[in-house]
Order: sequence, then C-alpha cells, then structure tokens
Amino acid sequence: MNSTTLRAGHDPSHLGHHNEEAHAHAGAIGHGEGGPAPKRIVIGYGFWIFLLSDVILFASFFAAYAVLSTATADGPAARDLFDLRSVAAETGCLLASSFACGMGSLAVAQRSQKWTQIALLVTGLLGFAFLLLEVREFASFVARGAGPTRSAFLSSFFTLVGCHGLHVTAGLLWLGTMMAQFLAKGFRQNIRYRFLCFSLFWHALDIIWVAIFSLVYLVGVST
Amino acid sequence: MLGKLTWSAIPFDQPIPLAAAGIVGIVIIGVGLWVLLKGYLPYLWREWITSVDHKRIGVMYCVLALVMLLRGFIDALMMRSQQAFAFHAAGYLPPEHYDQIFSAHGTIMIFFVAMPFVIGLMNFAVPLQLGVRDVAFPTLNSVSFWLTAAGALLVNLSLVVGEFARTGWLPYPPLSELTYSPGVGVDYYLVALQISGAGSLMAGINMVTTILKMRAPGMSYTRMPIFCWTSLASNLLIVAAFPILTAVLAMLMLDRYLGFHFFTNAAGGNPMMFMNLIWAWGHPEVYILILPAFGVFSEVIATFSGKPLFGYRSMIAATMAICLLSFMVWLHHFFTMGAGGDVNAIFGIASMIIAVPTGVKIFNWLFTMYGGRIRYSSAMLWSVGFMVTFVIGGVTGVLLAVPPADFVLHNSLFLVAHFHNVIIGGVLFGAFAGYTYWFPKAFGFSLDERLGKAAFWAWLVGFYVAFGPLYVLGLLGMTRRMQHYDQPAWHPWVLVAGVGALIILIAIVLQVMQLVVSIRTRENRRDSTGDPWDARTLEWATPSPPPAFNFAVLPNVTHEEPYWGMKQRAREAMRLLSTEPHYVAIEVPRNSPTGVITAFFAVVTGFSVIWHIWWIVVLGLLGAYATFVVFAWRDVAETQIPAAEVERIDRANRAARSAALQKGAA
Amino acid sequence: MQWAVAVPLAALSGCDNSILNPIGPIGAAERTILLDSFAIMMVIAIPTVIATLAFAWWFRASNARARYLPTWAYSGRLELIVWSIPLLVILFLGGITWLSSHELDPARPLKSKLPPLEIQVVSLDWKWLFIYPAQGIATINQLIVPIGMPLHLSITSATVMNVFFVPRLGSEIYCMNGMRSQLNLQADQPGVYPGLSAHFSGDGFPGMTFKLHAVTAQQFAEWAATTRSAGPALDDGAYRGLLRQSENVRPYTYRSVRAGLFADILTQKLPPGEGPTQGRPSPAVHPAQQ
Repeated sequence: MNSTTLRAGHDPSHLGHHNEEAHAHAGAIGHGEGGPAPKRIVIGYGFWIFLLSDVILFASFFAAYAVLSTATADGPAARDLFDLRSVAAETGCLLASSFACGMGSLAVAQRSQKWTQIALLVTGLLGFAFLLLEVREFASFVARGAGPTRSAFLSSFFTLVGCHGLHVTAGLLWLGTMMAQFLAKGFRQNIRYRFLCFSLFWHALDIIWVAIFSLVYLVGVST
Repeated sequence: MLGKLTWSAIPFDQPIPLAAAGIVGIVIIGVGLWVLLKGYLPYLWREWITSVDHKRIGVMYCVLALVMLLRGFIDALMMRSQQAFAFHAAGYLPPEHYDQIFSAHGTIMIFFVAMPFVIGLMNFAVPLQLGVRDVAFPTLNSVSFWLTAAGALLVNLSLVVGEFARTGWLPYPPLSELTYSPGVGVDYYLVALQISGAGSLMAGINMVTTILKMRAPGMSYTRMPIFCWTSLASNLLIVAAFPILTAVLAMLMLDRYLGFHFFTNAAGGNPMMFMNLIWAWGHPEVYILILPAFGVFSEVIATFSGKPLFGYRSMIAATMAICLLSFMVWLHHFFTMGAGGDVNAIFGIASMIIAVPTGVKIFNWLFTMYGGRIRYSSAMLWSVGFMVTFVIGGVTGVLLAVPPADFVLHNSLFLVAHFHNVIIGGVLFGAFAGYTYWFPKAFGFSLDERLGKAAFWAWLVGFYVAFGPLYVLGLLGMTRRMQHYDQPAWHPWVLVAGVGALIILIAIVLQVMQLVVSIRTRENRRDSTGDPWDARTLEWATPSPPPAFNFAVLPNVTHEEPYWGMKQRAREAMRLLSTEPHYVAIEVPRNSPTGVITAFFAVVTGFSVIWHIWWIVVLGLLGAYATFVVFAWRDVAETQIPAAEVERIDRANRAARSAALQKGAA
Repeated sequence: MQWAVAVPLAALSGCDNSILNPIGPIGAAERTILLDSFAIMMVIAIPTVIATLAFAWWFRASNARARYLPTWAYSGRLELIVWSIPLLVILFLGGITWLSSHELDPARPLKSKLPPLEIQVVSLDWKWLFIYPAQGIATINQLIVPIGMPLHLSITSATVMNVFFVPRLGSEIYCMNGMRSQLNLQADQPGVYPGLSAHFSGDGFPGMTFKLHAVTAQQFAEWAATTRSAGPALDDGAYRGLLRQSENVRPYTYRSVRAGLFADILTQKLPPGEGPTQGRPSPAVHPAQQ
C-alpha cells in the first residue's frame, strides 16, 4: 500500500486518466476520505433513506387519491363529508406532539430521565388523541353510509389517511418501547441512536400530515 | 376456526400438483432428516441461519435463487410441453392448472430467482469491493433475506395447499379482483410479494447506505469499482420503486379483503390505474435486475482481458442515466390502451433513449476487450455470450418501443421472446458469470471449468433454439398464455421451442453436475492465494474464503483499481511491499436469530391472512412485535475477534501471497 | 433497405396469420414501420455483433500476434463516437416514432371516400359480441366486413380486460369495462382471417377466438339481410345470458339488437359480468340456447 515511485505507464492505478496524475495524491473526490462513517451517521442516514421510501409509499396513495377523488359513484363527495374543525384539532394534536417529541430530544441530550419520560408521555398522549379524533371522524363517515366500500373516492381517502393513522399507531408502539428502554437501560448509545430515528419518524409523519391536510382536506372542501 | 381452510384445499383430485407436492415434500423432509441425523443442525444454525455476515447472507440468497430456478424451470418445461401437445387438443394441463403454472413461472423467476440472485451477489461482493467489514445494518440484512425466503415458501406452499394465482405474473384487475378470481390464488401472490417486497426494500436501504457511507479510506466515488456503481444505481431504484409495489398490492388487497374499489369495475374503480402503478414499479424493476448484471460483466471482462475497464467514467454516466430514465418509460407496457399519439410517441422515444447509455456500455465492453489478453474461463464465456445475445434483445426492445410496431406485437410471443432475451441473456447470464467468478472467493475452491463451459454452450444454444421460434410465432400473430390453439402454422415452431427447453434442461443438469463434481474434488481445486483470476478489485486482496472481518486492516485507497496497483508494485519488487500491520482485536456483529424468527412470524401471519384465520393473524403480529422488543432489548450487539486470531489469518494470507509472488517471479 | 430485411422474412409471410402479410392499409403501414426500424437498427447491431466476436477471437490470450495494451482504458475521441452513434440512431428512430405514432393512432379516422362502417365490439367471458348498429344485427365470434370500406370500431368490455386483435388487419387495442376504445381499420382482400383476444382474461381465454370474413360490399349487404331474417333477438334478457361464463362458443348471429345496448354496457347501466359462481368457472353454456 506504500506508494513507491514507478515508471510512468507502469502504474496501473492511473490508467486512462491523463489529468488525474496531477492531483492523484491531493485527496479523494467524494466522501470516502476518512473511511466508513461513524455509526450515528450511518444509522441516521439509513433511516433517512427509509423515510424517503416511506414518502414514496405515501406518494403512491396520494396519486391514487388524485386519480379517484372525483370517482364518487354518485355517493358523497369530499365537501359533503369533511369537517375542518375536527381536522384542525387533529392537526393541532399532531403538531403539539411533534413539539413534545422535540422537547424529549432536548431532555435526552441533558440525560434527564424525568423530563425525558414526561416529554415522551406527552408526545404519546397527544398522538393518541390524534388517533382518537381520526377514528371518530372515520366512524362518523361510516355511520353516514360513507365507508370505504361506498366509492372509489372513499376507498382512496380511507387508505391514504388510514395509512398515516397506521404509521402513527406503529409510532406509538415504538414510543412505548423506547420509554421502557430509557427507563430500564438508561441513556445508552444505541438507544439514543434509536431515539434519533424515532424522532425523525415522528416529524416525518407531521410533514405527511401537512400534505394530507392541505391536499386532501383543504382542497376537498374548496372544490 | 381455520377460516377458509378445509381439506378441499389440498388438490387430492389433481394428480400432477399432488405428485409434485409429494416429491417436494419428500425431498424437504429427507434433507431435514439428513441434517438432523448427521448433527449438522447446530452448525447450520450457528454459522448460517443466524449469521449476519454479509458473505454468508449473500451465499444464502444465491442458494435460494438456484433452488427456485429449478422450480421455475420445471414450470417452463410444463408450459412448453403443454403447448407442444395442445395443437387442436386439450393437452395434459387443464386451463385452471396451466394458468397457475405460467403465473407461478413469472412470479418465481422474477421475484425468487432474479432478485435474490442479484441481491445475493451484491451482498457478497459489494462490502468486499468497498474494502469494509460488513454492510451498514447486518441484522437487518439477515431479516431481508429471511423475508425473501418466507415469500418464496408461501408461493411454493400454494402448490400443496389451495392454488396459485391464475392471472399472470402481474395480476391485472379486474381479473384479479374477487369477482373474477374468488380463489386464494391471488391472495397467495399478494401476501408472498408483500413479505418479500418488504425484504427487498430493506435490502435496498441497507445497500444504499453501505455504498454511500461505508467505504475504505480514500475510496471516493470515482474510485469505486463499477460493480459498486451499478449496485448503487440498482439499490436506489429498489428504494424508489418498491414502495410503489407495496402500495399498489396493498390497494388490491384492500379491494379483495375489505371490498374497497380501487380497481374494480364497480363504484368508480379504475383498473388502468393498476397498470400505471404496477409498471411504475415494474419497469425500474427490470433495471434493478440488469444493472448489477452489467456490473458483473464489467468486472469479468476487465479481469479476463487483463485490462482496466474502458471508459470507466463513461460507464458511470451511462449507469446513472439508465437509473434515471428507467422511471420515465412505464407507459410503453400498454401502448395499445389508446392513450393517443402524443403520449405514445413521448413514451416511445423515452424508451428508446435508454438504448443510448445501454449501447454505450456495449461499446465500452468491446473496447475493454480491444488490446486485451483474453483468458476464456467460463465467466468470460458468459460475458461474450451476453454481449451478442443482449444486442439482439436490445434491437427487439427498441422495436417494441415504436408504438405502431407494438400495435401488432404487444402481448405476442415476440414480446415474450424479447424479455426472455434480455432477462436470460442479460440477468441470468450475468448471475451465472458472477456465480462462477466469485465462487472461489466464497468457498475457497473454484468450480469445474469443463462442465461450466459445457453448461454455457448448452444454455446459449438452448436459449436460441427456445426463443428464436417465439420471435417467429409473435410475427405469426400468436399471443402469449395460450393453453391450446388451432393454428397449424404455429405448431412446428412451438415444437422447436420445446426442443430448446430440453437443451436448457441439459444445461441445468450440467450445472448441477458441475456443483457436485466441484464439491467432491474441492481439495484439488483449492484457491490458496485468494486471487485465482488475477483480478483487479479489493475483494481479491482477502483470503478465500474471507474471514468474518474481511480485512485485517482497512485498505488505504489512493487510486482506481487499488488492488491491481498494489499487486503490480509487489510484482515489480517481487515481494509484498506493505509492512505487516499492528494487529488489533476487531469487533464484528453478533449472530442473531431475529431474521429467521421474523420470517417465521411472517409466514404464519401471511398464511393466516390468505386463509382468513384471523386469530392466528393477531398472534403472528404479536409475535413479530415481541421479536422486535426482544431484539431491541439485547445488551451486547457485537463480539470481538481477538488480535491473535486476526494476526494468524492475515499472516497466512500474506505468506500465501508472498509464495505466489516468488513462484510468479521464478 | 426494407426489402433486404423482408427477404429472409418472406417465408413467414406465406402463413395465413402473419402480421407481415397484412390485408389492409393499417397493417401494411405498421409492417413498413416495423421493417424500417428493424433495418435501421441492424445497421449498428450487425457491426457490433461482428466486432464483438472478432475482438473476442483476435485478442484471445493464445494469439501472440495480437497487441496487448494493458493500460489502454480511455480515449476521448472514441467516447465521443460511442455516445454519438446510438444517439444518432435513436434520433432518427425517434423521428419515425413521433410521426408514425400520430399517423397510426388507432383513434384516427382513415382517409376514404366511403363513410366508415360502424361496428361495436364487446368482449365477454369468453366470447366476442359484434354489434352492427346501422344494420341492427349482431354476431358472436364472427366478424363480417365489406372490403375496401373503412371500419370504425367502438370497443368495450363487459367483464375483465381483453385485447381485440386481428393480426392481419393490424393495430390491436384494449377492451375495458366502462371505457370505449376506438379503432379504425380496413380490409382490402377478401378471405377469412383469424382474430383473437391478445390479453389473458381467464380460463376460457384460449378459446376466445373469432373469424374475420372480409367479403364484397354486395355480399355484405346480402349477409346482413339474411341475418335480419332469422335467429334470436338480442334484448336485455339475452344479453344477461351472454354475461355468464362460457368457453369455445361457436359463432352465431342475432336478427335484431335492442337499441342503445352498447351505450348501456358502456355506462354500466347493464352491469358487468359476475365472474365464476364458485372457485372454478361455470360449465360451458351456449347463450343461444337460453
């Protein structure tokens, strides 16, 4: 691996690239200089890529909703159903929950068990409140004969919003597990990395909700 | 209690699937008993099933692919023989069985042969080529593999319990809706693919993170081996495309299970949306498969020509261009839907544009051979065979991309011949080249070359004899998926195609023999130097097989082709130039049964979903959650390999290489 | 150039179902596009294959006369050529694609002095219903058309997707429930030609074939008159019988068709077929016997 001076034309590493001779030793282009990235970076990076793939999943459901939003099959349309007050309350819960999760991150950084648990509990309760409101909304639609089997529009609506709701549910399970882990194992490194992923997940769900709120609910009532 | 599952689900009245299932069952039980009686189970459990080593997982992916290739090929033989008999006759397979066979053939070949094969090769080779010790998330890697295996198991279970889809490998609605396909066949398809699709997605995330964030010091983007580049492109496509598949299959499941109306004829459903979404995944999918194969060919052709790859940067550009363009062409799968001149023309031209970077690749391989000193090992034969065959596949592909030509060729056997031309001639030949090329690295001994070359020639000839007639049949207006037909002009060509399938059968028998013979004579074919092909990339700097930690010290990369550089300098000096490093203990991830347990719950849950056994579904999901918690709860994720052990292994490698250098000099 | 390619394929044209032996202007135009595109690509494909084999042979390790260039891996000039050759070919082919996609758009009416004959096509499980609205008649699994006259087909499906295809006429197109596809075709040579569904639609799919009879205008008029005089009538009840799954249905005709039937199928006023009653298809039912 030592670089020994060799006659030009015999150093196979430069093959074909005349211009590279000049800065062959000037350091690598790209991010490979220092070898593998530290664990925190790798975990965060991988989770970001997962989130991107999740966004594509939602994008597919958004696309289906966009195609089917007018396919009401003579059933109720968006403006007949959506109640923006309830949706605003849901939005409030979710955003506040995200804020509490941010507080949780600060508490974890401070290694404060008490405040971590409090912040995460608030995060979870607000998330749960969001879910309850959503389930109530869904139940009221079904009670009015506007369940997902009524029309293609409602199928796509329930699927898109329900998929987000399922993500929140999974997030709550994860959150509960995290709280137990912090309690049982303290602020160990791998658990902090996991919490980093959780908070990324929780904030990403917010972003997706904002898209649902504007593209489904706001557009829905205005057309 | 057991949902829709009754004794009538087992096809006692149909001798063929029953006999097939019986044979498969006996083989599985036999292998299981043999493993148990010989006392191999603890070894298998410790070294393979719970292994999180990327090399072991890569090998297991390839084994899965090879086993499934046999299953998929038996389907192919049955289709060819049915069509040979079914001229003016019913043949021996009734439609409800024949329809399952061609659906299973496509599903298995794409999802459980091609996918695991290329993912396996990437898993095995990429971390080694990058000069690192493992992938970014080793346990997740094991979960990915076992989920893929779980999907394969469910698809094969449908042979025995119930039925498989009778809709083709992509279940177009409304045919795949509950109204027209009330059986469990489509459910098997959907559940199996959701499970294996989740595995593929995780594998993709893992590999992208690995390539972008885990490279040896100094390994910049423009110093990565080309196989790593094509793997990166392929895995980016997995990350971007597989969620679409998950979404569209979820929609179809909701339609079938809960009466939703995404793709139904009723209540405003839109079957055309299925075709758009499934091909928005499906077209990138073919590049997910072919790009790693391109990477294998690039490595093999450069190695056996004794030259670096011609136009390395041009190859990178071409790879990334294909990666990007592959998302913009999905509509060419249904030009005949009447989208209008503008749309058809735009998608037709976009599809042709992909031929440009692909053509560039062919030319670059051509110039890599130019001025080379080509050694014809079987890996190189596969590569040259690929180049010729793939040009033909490319031409027919561009032909199909011209909408008015597609108007008479769509869904015909011409189309079938085209995609087999690129998938067999491209992906499969690439996988076989990679299999032969990396086999000595994985196991420490090389495959028998004589049988390997014989298998290559049989495959090549068999391919042309089997699929040449299909091109002709397409021009004669024969459409795909015909259980019987009465056009006299078609019959002779169908018979010739059947002969081709038999030649491929010989090729596969030769490959099985190759493996058996090579294992039996392995002591005579040991690779002591770790570099049997005089290759150019970093995986060949390790001993064969590489130790769990791959590299005693991560290599320091200062140029392209770092291993070739090291080797050449050492050859000139006639000794190893690097001084023996200071050995330290190396941390490697601990084995974990998480993957196989997750897969167990996936199979149980999936099977119960298919048969509507809801209480087991609940149990299965609880079990999966419990697995997650237990995994998250563990305290020690890593284990140490002591410095002395590292020293022992690395010293042996250095000694072998020194000896080889002396021998080369003498 | 086109002929150079066509010669080796001439053997195929002799067969009675070859798309290279079209009987009308659409099929002929599509054949021309097919052969031209093929010929254009052969211009680079053949040299590439030859070069591959030649390089592979000449630069074999055992050939001492071949020059070994172990470090030759880049040439800007070659790179330029390597990128521009396929690019130019695709530019050329792209032009052909753009023009021909518009010219041969299935929905585009044919240029003709004669007004087109309207035919409505409904794909069913697993047979074809052809309705002649102007003549007030309908057929199952046989399509009688006058030669030399443009045909305007409106196509839908009463069940799953199918593809309407008469190989020697050209242009296939999807049949989809609730949607109308349009196809403009013309047959110029009298004769009987096979037609089929080119999209798998279930267990009865391989039997979903029909015969296209291209006859003179006079024979067509006579046939229509004869058909009107006998056979069952296609009303809503008879149509419901057709919706039931049946395989390998022999051709027959309807003397009359309820007005607006096709529109009602298209708008789903008449509901789509209900598929199999159980896991397997129902036994073959000959709808005429209902």
